[in-house]
Amino acid sequence: MEPTNKYKGWLYLLPAILFLGCFMVYPLVDVFVYSMEEGYNFASQTFFDTGFYNFSYVLHDPYFLQAVKNTFLMVVITVPLSTGIALLISVALSSIKPLRNLFQTIYFLPYVTNTLAVGLVFMILFKKTAYSDGLINLLIHLFGGPSVDFIEGPYPAKMFVMCLYIIWVVMPFKILLLTSALASVNEHYYNAAKVDGTSKFRIFYKITLPMISPTLFYLVITGFIGAFKEYSDAVALFGTNLNAAEMNTIVGYVYDMLYGDSGGYPSYASAAAIILFMIVMTITCINLLISKKHVHYV
Amino acid sequence: MDYEKIKKSAALKQKIFSGVIYFFLAIWGLFVLFPFYWMILTSVKSYSAYNSEYIPKFFTLSPTMQNYIDAFTTVHLGRYLWNTLVFTVITTGLMMLVITLAAFAFARLEFPGKNLVFTLFLALMMIPNELVIITNFATITNLNLRNTFAGLILPSVTSVFYIYLLKENFAQVPDALYYAAKVDGTSDMKYLFKVMIPICKPTLVTVGILKVIECWNSYVWPRLITDDEAYYLVSNGIQEIRENGFGRENIPAMMAAVVVISLPLIVLFLLFRDKIMEGVSRGGTKG
Repeated sequence: MEPTNKYKGWLYLLPAILFLGCFMVYPLVDVFVYSMEEGYNFASQTFFDTGFYNFSYVLHDPYFLQAVKNTFLMVVITVPLSTGIALLISVALSSIKPLRNLFQTIYFLPYVTNTLAVGLVFMILFKKTAYSDGLINLLIHLFGGPSVDFIEGPYPAKMFVMCLYIIWVVMPFKILLLTSALASVNEHYYNAAKVDGTSKFRIFYKITLPMISPTLFYLVITGFIGAFKEYSDAVALFGTNLNAAEMNTIVGYVYDMLYGDSGGYPSYASAAAIILFMIVMTITCINLLISKKHVHYV
Repeated sequence: MDYEKIKKSAALKQKIFSGVIYFFLAIWGLFVLFPFYWMILTSVKSYSAYNSEYIPKFFTLSPTMQNYIDAFTTVHLGRYLWNTLVFTVITTGLMMLVITLAAFAFARLEFPGKNLVFTLFLALMMIPNELVIITNFATITNLNLRNTFAGLILPSVTSVFYIYLLKENFAQVPDALYYAAKVDGTSDMKYLFKVMIPICKPTLVTVGILKVIECWNSYVWPRLITDDEAYYLVSNGIQEIRENGFGRENIPAMMAAVVVISLPLIVLFLLFRDKIMEGVSRGGTKG
């Protein structure tokens, strides 16, 4: 073989390395540089000084604090709820035979739909207009409640629709992973338990749950990460001006700082993105520590 | 006698139990399907009928196609769809090429520094998109690539995760095939295209479909990089339609646009259901 052949592998890697270098490695370094440059001007590409001012600006910005509050609320509400309901549904799905495929297909549909598009449907269902109170409000009337504008009304109502929509969107992935985890639990364990006359609840608690705990734990971690990066679903429901709707998220704040009417501040955007990354890292580490106690790897 | 009774009551209990389960599953199914039903229903109601219904009707007796015509004529839905199609096809095609070459290098070729690079690649999987998008935006802006397809496509043609997925699959192809091909004097490139790719076609197709879904639904990057309507993809298009399109009140036409945008992926899903679900459970990240 010729000596040039030794490096041929690099040639195959070259496109991937070029793209990753330009659009992942370099930006990763650059984001920290940006975050330290104070008073950076995008047009002239100049800055006054270096330091931590950008972080302090972001942390004192009421819009950012609002975004942090919104994001944490969404995380705290949607992650446990969606994981819990997904577990219930998956267990129910695994216990039936006829129609199971049909249900699985239906449950998976939200995964392949455009969140911006379907968000509009949620919006018209919940929105109160001059012409109509919207379907959901009519249901509330039916039960004797007062009508609420869920899209431009009080904060809890908006948060409710937001969380409902997030759950609708994230459910397919969770149900899919949990049903395949449940299907892979070895039948022998169940049969052995049945011979001993173990109750259904006890079987679930003592066999099923430990056996699927790795998947469950994986879903909790990815769920936390995904919910912290919530953005498109909020735009779908409340439009692009999320600050005015009081429904901005941390990622939304980053993009608003970068671009749009309030944009042109990549330094603030970088600082906010780094803060987000640190929050996500911390939460993931805490999750990992907790899981050591409770997850059973076979 | 008694035994029969116990058996009967146990069977009854079982029946009630499975009834409850089916009821519960059906409720969730309704919750998932209802938005789809509502968007199709609204899209075939005429504008005047929709606005005169203070209490929305759950069905319509006089469906109309007018909204679909409006969606294609009064706003640029056709252009958004075409842009998205071009973006999706080129991005997916380029990505498949880049990741196949990279995965082949990792799975089959020996070269100095291979393990080090592979470890670095894996480390990149942990980098969240939000952290790098700021500089990418600056890069594309400084290169004057805003409002071009190149600007839209370039940052999303590599995926470390798919390289990893493909490398695992390539590595399962028996070594003997490679040596046999080498004895016959086949070049590496020819081996990749004539042997490796045909064998690993199922995984390649799965990765391709997942990328198509991702491209079709991408919103954040296109929004940052395009402000010229001529380059909008469907996600930005629908946002544009919502904010400036038909006038905020023409909801039926808006819903027609939503149906048109959602339909391609739903058809794709129904055609490749098993592939998509298997692929997502191996490599999906949404949620």
